[in-house]
Formats: sequence, C-alpha cells, structure tokens
Amino acid sequence: MTASPLHLMDAVPAHLPGPVVQFTDVRKRFGRVEVLRGVHLTIARSRITAILGPNGAGKTTLIKCLLGLTRPDEGMMEVGGRSPALEPAARAAIGYAPQAPRFPDNLPGRRILGMLESLRGSPGVGADPIFGCFGLEAELDKPARTLSGGTRQKLSLALALAFRPPLLILDEPTAGLDPVSSGHLKDRLRQERAAGTTVVLTSHLLGEIEDLADDIVFLLDGRVRFRGSLRHLLAITGEPRLERAVARLMVMEGGR
Amino acid sequence: MRAAVRILRFELDDVRRSRAVLAYGLLLLTITEAVLRFGGGGPRAVVSLLNVVLILVPLVSVVFGTMHLYGAREFTELLLVQPVGRGSLYAGLLGGLTLPLCLAFLGGVGLPFAWHAADGAGSGAPLATLLGAGVLLTVVFTGLASVVAIRFDDRAKGLGTGLLAWLALAVVYDALVLFVITAWGDYPIEGPLTILSLLNPVDAARIALLLQLDAPALLGYTGATLSHFFGTAWAFVAAALALTAWTGLPAWAGWRAFRRKDF
Repeated sequence: MTASPLHLMDAVPAHLPGPVVQFTDVRKRFGRVEVLRGVHLTIARSRITAILGPNGAGKTTLIKCLLGLTRPDEGMMEVGGRSPALEPAARAAIGYAPQAPRFPDNLPGRRILGMLESLRGSPGVGADPIFGCFGLEAELDKPARTLSGGTRQKLSLALALAFRPPLLILDEPTAGLDPVSSGHLKDRLRQERAAGTTVVLTSHLLGEIEDLADDIVFLLDGRVRFRGSLRHLLAITGEPRLERAVARLMVMEGGR
Repeated sequence: MRAAVRILRFELDDVRRSRAVLAYGLLLLTITEAVLRFGGGGPRAVVSLLNVVLILVPLVSVVFGTMHLYGAREFTELLLVQPVGRGSLYAGLLGGLTLPLCLAFLGGVGLPFAWHAADGAGSGAPLATLLGAGVLLTVVFTGLASVVAIRFDDRAKGLGTGLLAWLALAVVYDALVLFVITAWGDYPIEGPLTILSLLNPVDAARIALLLQLDAPALLGYTGATLSHFFGTAWAFVAAALALTAWTGLPAWAGWRAFRRKDF
C-alpha cells in the first residue's frame, strides 16, 4: 500500500446516466488546521462509493466542498464536467441528505416538499413510493417541530431520493433509522444504482458499507489513502472483513 | 429573482405561523390600545409610544431574527444545495424574516389607531412617522441579526453579540453623546454632535419623530442643534434619510458575509 491511491477502472457501461465526480487538488484550511491537503479523487459513475475515515479525516468537508456549502482554498470539484459550487443550476443533478436534518418548525413536510418542487421545477415527486416505504404519508401534514429525529431523517432521505437526481450524496444515511426503514433505503439505493445513479455516502457502520458499497475511498488526515473496490481493499489488506481492513489500512498509513 | 420570491413566500409562511411573532403583534396591540384608551389620542399617544418603538422594536427584531436564523441553519444548508444562487437565498431568507415582523408592528400599533380614529385618535403625519420609523428600525435590526447569525457559528455568542449591538445603539450610544456634551460642552461641538446622532439609527428615528411632533422640549441637545442647523423640515429629511440609509447597511454586510460563508 502506498500513499498514492489506487486508480479505479470505470467498468460501468457508457450508456448509464450517472455523472463522474472529480476532485482536483482540493485544499481547505480552517484557521491553523489543514482539513483537506490536496485531494485528487475520481468517483466512478453509476456505482455506490463509500467515503471512510476516522473523525476529523475531512469526509464532511470534502462533501460540503462538492456541494458548494464550503469554499475550498484551492482546487476544483466537478460533477459530470460542471461545478456545483460555481454554477447553481448544476446542483439540480444532486440529491443531498445531511447527517442531522432540521426543517422549519412551523411548516409541514408537504409544504417543504412543494417548495423544493418549485425550486427544482419538478412537480409531482410527492407520488414517489419512497414516502410510502418510509411510512411518511401520515407525517407529511404535521408541523416539522413535532416530528421525531428518525422521521426527520426519513423525510430528508425521501426529499433527496424523490427527485431522482443522477447523483445522490448521503451523509450517515442510516443513523437514526429503524431496521425496516434502513432495509427499504438499501433496496432503493440498489435500484438507483441499477438505473445508473451515482451514489456517494459516508457511514460509520462498516457492516452496512460492506452490504452496499461497490467502491471505498479512505481519507486520512485530509488525504485520500485508498481508492478502489471493496474486494480489492480486502485483497490487499488480507483481511476478511471491512472493519479489520480499515484498521489495517490505518496502521499501514501510520494513522491513529 | 423568481427563486428569491419563492423562498420569500416560503419563509413568510413559516414565520407568520410563529407564535412569537403573533405574541409580539398582540403585545404591541395591547400597549397601543392601553395608551389610546387611558392616555388620550393624537400626538400625545405617539409620544407615549415613542420609546416602545425605539427600544422594544429593535430588541425584538434582533433577538427574534438571530434565534430564527440559527434555527434555520440546517434548512438553509439544504436550500443552498438546491439550484439557487446565494443572493436569491439571502434575499428570500431576510425578506421572509423582516416582512412578518413589520406586519406585526404595523398591525399592533396601526390597528388601535384605526379603530380609535372616530374618537379623534388619528394624528396624521406623526403617526405615519411613528409607523415608518418602526418599520425601518425593524429592517435595520433584522439585518444586524443576519450579520451576527452568519458571522458566528456559536448560537450563544451570536445572540450575545446581537444583544450587545442593540444595547450599544439603543442605550450606550446616548450615554456616549451625553459624555461628549458634558466633557466638551464649552466648545462649538454642535456640528460633530449632529453627525454623531445621525450615525445611530435609533437616534435618527428619535429625531425624525420628535421633529415631526414639533416637540422642542423633547428634542434634546442634538435634535435642537439639528433643527437649528437645517430648519425643522430639512432636519426631518436629514434624519429620515440617515435612517433609510441605515436600512441598507446591515443587509449589505449580511449579504457579503453570507456569500463567503463556509457552512
């Protein structure tokens, strides 16, 4: 294992519509702390890619740079050749579910959905089956302040998925979900991948990543230390499970 | 622009359902009704309501504005990842916060004057100035709330800074003016003092209102010098212009901070 990441072959048929996500020398510093130290990364289209790393490795900052929420000091991020940070219209290709979603206290989910529909110019997405799978129909008319943490999480995921964007970015998507909803989410993500959607997710639940992800990106101290398929990661570390493989990677890279 | 209007309508929908805004409108309505019922109508009622507008309106605007924007932080992030520019989003968020507060103020103070109009409560230009000053101060202080809520990630720090800004402009500034008058009263400081007063939106609103009420006894030192310098009509115009200019400043500072903000 070397410091430079393994290059991944994009083995997905060319007709699938998911975009390639490209990071070029992305650097970000918060005060004295350099969170991203020159990230070069290509995320293959129409696959599920999990970004892993210990706390403070830069996972959320990397995602926020891609979404345009955080401005990098240097570097470029592109989704299908366009920059979501610089071109607001390019963000129509992205569905995003944050780690701890909150909505305006006084408004019901249906009003929030309606607002996103009007901003994205995509009416009628409320008919998407994901709302039924998550049991959200009855919750959509209640003010958001009355929703539990898990229901807010489901609403946030449904809002990201229902627009059927070609790129999904999910930050800890199953944290707070009950096992049934978690199962529905995984099924839906597999369907999305089959339809050509590119999925990027972060999670601390490694069993879940093993279950879902095609590719792994391992971040440590603001740099990409591994990029490749899950199978390849297990092969080069000689470990049978992802949890042990990640621990081995950290030892190999001199991390914590 | 269309996106800004959509976000504005959405925010209006959220804020107008807020119990705090309703309570604020009802509080103003109760105070105004009490003043008109027990204190008589006309300019006297406007004078009685002067300090409500100068102290309470900025305080509520800055506190409610800061709390609302902190509460909307995660949702703002969700809106930022939609195909909407940051300018439209900021305009929609600030407009959606400011408009309901302005409407609560206009309703709370204006309605009692309207239904007491038959009893001779209406006071024309002074009432219009009172309402105008209240609206402009709401715009100034929600703008200030947006600046602190964007600049400080820590909610307690942001609220503290907002309250400090209110205290500085509504209370401490007058103490500073008083200190200047006491310390250098023997020198010809009328000019600098006039400028100093116009630099504070609360003072500019106070001067505009008192000039409109033609109440020289209440004008105080700076108001008197302003009136002396410009004549009452032009002094009113100068104070009103200063207050109007103030409305743009915090909103502009907030927009600059929002454009560069790392969420």
